[in-house]
Amino acid sequence: MIDPRLFLSLSAVLFCLGVYGVLTRRNALGVLVAVELMANAVNLNLLTFGRYVTGVSAQVFTLFTMALTVAEVVVGLAIVVLLYKSRKDVLIELASDLSE
Amino acid sequence: MWIAAAALSSLALVVSALRAVISTNLVHSVFWLAAMLLSVAAVFFLLEASFIGVMQILLYTGGVITLMLFGIMLTHRVEGTVVPNPSHHRAFGAGASLFLLSQLLWAIWSTPLSATLVPLGTTAEVGVAFLTDQLLAFEALSVLLLGVMIGAIVLTRSKDP
Repeated sequence: MIDPRLFLSLSAVLFCLGVYGVLTRRNALGVLVAVELMANAVNLNLLTFGRYVTGVSAQVFTLFTMALTVAEVVVGLAIVVLLYKSRKDVLIELASDLSE
Repeated sequence: MWIAAAALSSLALVVSALRAVISTNLVHSVFWLAAMLLSVAAVFFLLEASFIGVMQILLYTGGVITLMLFGIMLTHRVEGTVVPNPSHHRAFGAGASLFLLSQLLWAIWSTPLSATLVPLGTTAEVGVAFLTDQLLAFEALSVLLLGVMIGAIVLTRSKDP
C-alpha cells in the first residue's frame, strides 16, 4: 500500500528530535523527555518492519522495548530525585563532579 | 482515508515532538510529550498493531507522564507558575542531529523495500508467541522488572542510622 520508507523516515525524524533534546537540555527531566522520544521512534521503526516484513514477533519485541523504557524512566527518576536531594537543583551541570 | 489519517497523525507527532524539545517550560514540555505519545498510539493503530497501541496508551501516556509529573513536583521549588527548562549549545545540538538525520534518511531511501503487507497478529497470537517462541524474553523481562523495583526502592529509601 503505502511505502514503508515513509514510516521509517518519520521514525528517523522523531529520533533526531530526541537526539537534539538530549544534547541541548540542561534540566535532567528535559533529558528524560527527549529519551522518551527516541524510545518511541524505535518502537515505530520495529512496528513498521513488523507490518511490512515480519509479523507477530514485532509486537513481542515492541512490548519488550516498551517495558524496558518504562523501567529506565523509573530508575532515571529515582536518580533525579537523589540528585535534587544532594544538589538542591536538577541541572545536569551540577552532576559534573563526583564529590559532594 | 487511511492515508489522510496517517498524514494527520504524523503531522501531530512531529509538531508535538518539536514543541516537547523546544519548550522553555518544563510542564509544557511534558504535556507536549503526552500529545506525542497519543499520536504515536494513533499511528500504531493505523499500522494494525492494536495490542501495542493500547499498551502505549496505558503504559506511556498513563504511566510515564504521571511519573514525570511526580518527578517535577518532587524536584523543584516552584517560586512562580513557570518551571524553567533551559537549553544550551543549541547550534551544536541542531547540527549533530541534522547530520544524523541526513545519514538515516540516506540509508532509508537507498534501500529497496517492498510495500507488501503482512498481518501483524492479534492479541491472542502475541500472547501465544510470548509463551512459546519468545519465552526467554518474557522471563528476562520479569527479572528485569523485579530488579528495577528493588533498585528504585534501594536508591530512594532514607538511610536509617
